[in-house]
Amino acid sequence: MKHEYRLDQNQAPIFEALETFRQMRVVPFDVPGHKRGRGNPELTQFLGEKCVSIDVNSMKPLDNLCHPISVIRQAEELAADAFGAAHAFLMVGGTTSAVQSMVLSTCKRGDKIILPRNVHRSVINALVLCGAIPVYVNPEVDHQLGISLGMKREMVAKAIRENPDAVAVLVNNPTYYGICSDLRAIVRMAHEAGMFCLADEAHGTHFYFGENMPVSAMEAGADMAAVSMHKSGGSLTQSSFLLTGPHISEGHVRKIINLTQTTSGSYLLMSSLDISRRNLALRGKEVFRQVSAMAQYAREEINAVGGYYAFGEELVNGDSIFAFDPTKLSVHTRDIGLAGIEVYDLLRDEYDIQIEFGDIGNILAYLSIGDRPQNLERLVSALAEIRRRHQKDSTGLMNQEYFDPQVVTSPQEAFYAGQRSVPLADSVGCVCSEFVMCYPPGIPILAPGERITPEILDYIRYAKAKGCSMTGPADPDIEHINILEQEGV
Amino acid sequence: MELWFSEFHTPDVKHSIRVNRHLFSQKTDYQQIDIYDTPEFGKVMTLDGNVLLTERDEFIYDEMITHVPMAVHPNVQDVLVIGAGDGGVVRELARYDSIRSIDLVEMDSQVVEACRKYLPENACRLDDPRVHIYFDNAQRFIRRCTARYDLIIVDSTDPFGPLEGYFTREFYGICYNALREDGIMVNQQGSPFFRHDADAMQRCHKQIVRTFPISRVYQAHIPTYAAGYWLFGFASKKYHPIDNFNRDKWLALGLDTKYYTVRLHSGAFFLPAFLEKMLEEVEKL
Repeated sequence: MKHEYRLDQNQAPIFEALETFRQMRVVPFDVPGHKRGRGNPELTQFLGEKCVSIDVNSMKPLDNLCHPISVIRQAEELAADAFGAAHAFLMVGGTTSAVQSMVLSTCKRGDKIILPRNVHRSVINALVLCGAIPVYVNPEVDHQLGISLGMKREMVAKAIRENPDAVAVLVNNPTYYGICSDLRAIVRMAHEAGMFCLADEAHGTHFYFGENMPVSAMEAGADMAAVSMHKSGGSLTQSSFLLTGPHISEGHVRKIINLTQTTSGSYLLMSSLDISRRNLALRGKEVFRQVSAMAQYAREEINAVGGYYAFGEELVNGDSIFAFDPTKLSVHTRDIGLAGIEVYDLLRDEYDIQIEFGDIGNILAYLSIGDRPQNLERLVSALAEIRRRHQKDSTGLMNQEYFDPQVVTSPQEAFYAGQRSVPLADSVGCVCSEFVMCYPPGIPILAPGERITPEILDYIRYAKAKGCSMTGPADPDIEHINILEQEGV
Repeated sequence: MELWFSEFHTPDVKHSIRVNRHLFSQKTDYQQIDIYDTPEFGKVMTLDGNVLLTERDEFIYDEMITHVPMAVHPNVQDVLVIGAGDGGVVRELARYDSIRSIDLVEMDSQVVEACRKYLPENACRLDDPRVHIYFDNAQRFIRRCTARYDLIIVDSTDPFGPLEGYFTREFYGICYNALREDGIMVNQQGSPFFRHDADAMQRCHKQIVRTFPISRVYQAHIPTYAAGYWLFGFASKKYHPIDNFNRDKWLALGLDTKYYTVRLHSGAFFLPAFLEKMLEEVEKL
């Protein structure tokens, strides 16, 4: 049972204020210059009059995101109540901005932060901004599936023991594949050592509302959490929440957010957060029951096809897979002789089905509030057809590997140091000054300040050959890579 | 009082039928089912406001989707019918003594119940001992079948509703897999006339051509469907609909039909120029 709400969650103050504002027919002599769309008829035609008419500026009846005192403030309080947080911030720069604000609120230049390597690039980007030094915990790797798992309790304890001066521990709750670490235990260990515990909950919004879900960061006692409402929560792309626990100063976090956040927060995004929060508070339990049931059905049907392995809760091992997100639909494809990325491409090119991502050994189909059972049937049938038509011998297929990163300099130092471009083949042993990753999932293979090894280069070549979309390096073809001119600058 | 049923064939074209009485109306888990009694078309059944069948012209559809493949395949024993809960296709199939089993997979059990009650002329053979009715999602059912059927008849509603998934490449693929090595699949393929329908018809043909070695389209005139002009797809692993048409064998069965004839069989495959062009466009892709 989730916590009882203190406030009336039927309210949606930003949405209500916009409705009232629309009826007042206020004459606009302020920005935005499209003036309720009249100045840009093509845009109005495309997006609809209702939509552009609420694309308005901060003003007294609508509050101001930089310093909320009325309707935005109320929306924040309602969100905090819904998520069981001490405070909630409406974010309009994506969950990236929420993650950066967490890191910047707790770490400064030279501070250490303990984190698993399979973090999103936004976390390491935040380290580039603030100059903190990453202490990576090797996430367990499931060698059969080739995916990174959660952090073992013992590995976190060891990192804390070896780095007593670290200021924070960051946890993925869950990973892109839906795998959770033992968050309550990690929070306890971090707090005992006087460290903050931060949670990247880009894929965890539904943990706050669904039943039989892994524990949410706020319930586990974490200090801050970045929650992608636009993923499982149903709000517009780029809208997100930053949640804080009772020991975090709201004023300090607001100051940090305002360093980089726009002063023209979009009311489309903010109202979408408000309406989606209301929906989840009122109907989230039922919605995520349906999503979980659809995912479970799809797993059973896909496993009945043969060859594929749609994995689920049976993986839970009490430690590196402490819990599994039941709404996640990840499928291991290697045993039909195809890389996940190949299945991903076939689904799109031959069957008009777009899934979230494919990596070396797996695909991930994102299920949500908006899915229909008949579309799941299409996905399962298409997978059955891909197996019938394209199945191959799986020998020679590479597995996803975990590369223990050799951090030579902090991401910030590497990012700003003198660098030069060398052909990939000549880069072995050098220190990389940029990111290399497959996107999605956007988890770095190399991050700025890390040593390049022959194994990493093999992996990059293989991923490229299989058609993974590689991003990060300045050279779009990834034939060249930027390295530090001098080591240890 | 004037009572009319209207269906939009496009946002700008409306087809209306005068109604005597609204006999049945029910919202099921899948769709809205209605049955009207009308002076011109007799009983009319609609799903989500689209005409599924009328007593007056259902014979055209049910005969053309059934007898064409039955007159080509030399030995149909096991048949799978998708949709068609009204029973019209099963009624035509049941006239062939050579058929051993007819599996009917219908998503919505309430369509069958309503037809048994209000459209007994269609549903009359659903109790034939060779008929097995499965209330299930067809994709799920077919995925579990390999080389089990000689003939699959896809009697679906339009490609914009809940059965959109029956017009996709993966659907035709699992049907191919469920057919024996000389199997035939026949599907209703919509109308080529209004733009919206024509686009869907082309997409559908494109997917069938990519799945089956033989794929031909044939036509019929059905007054209550969009533009009164309807197409069927004949997809086959081995038999050509005209070259392998066994005229004399079919005539020897002595079946009495109201629309289908052995002369019409071949004629239905000769298509107007604009349609030939539309089909060729996607066959080349």
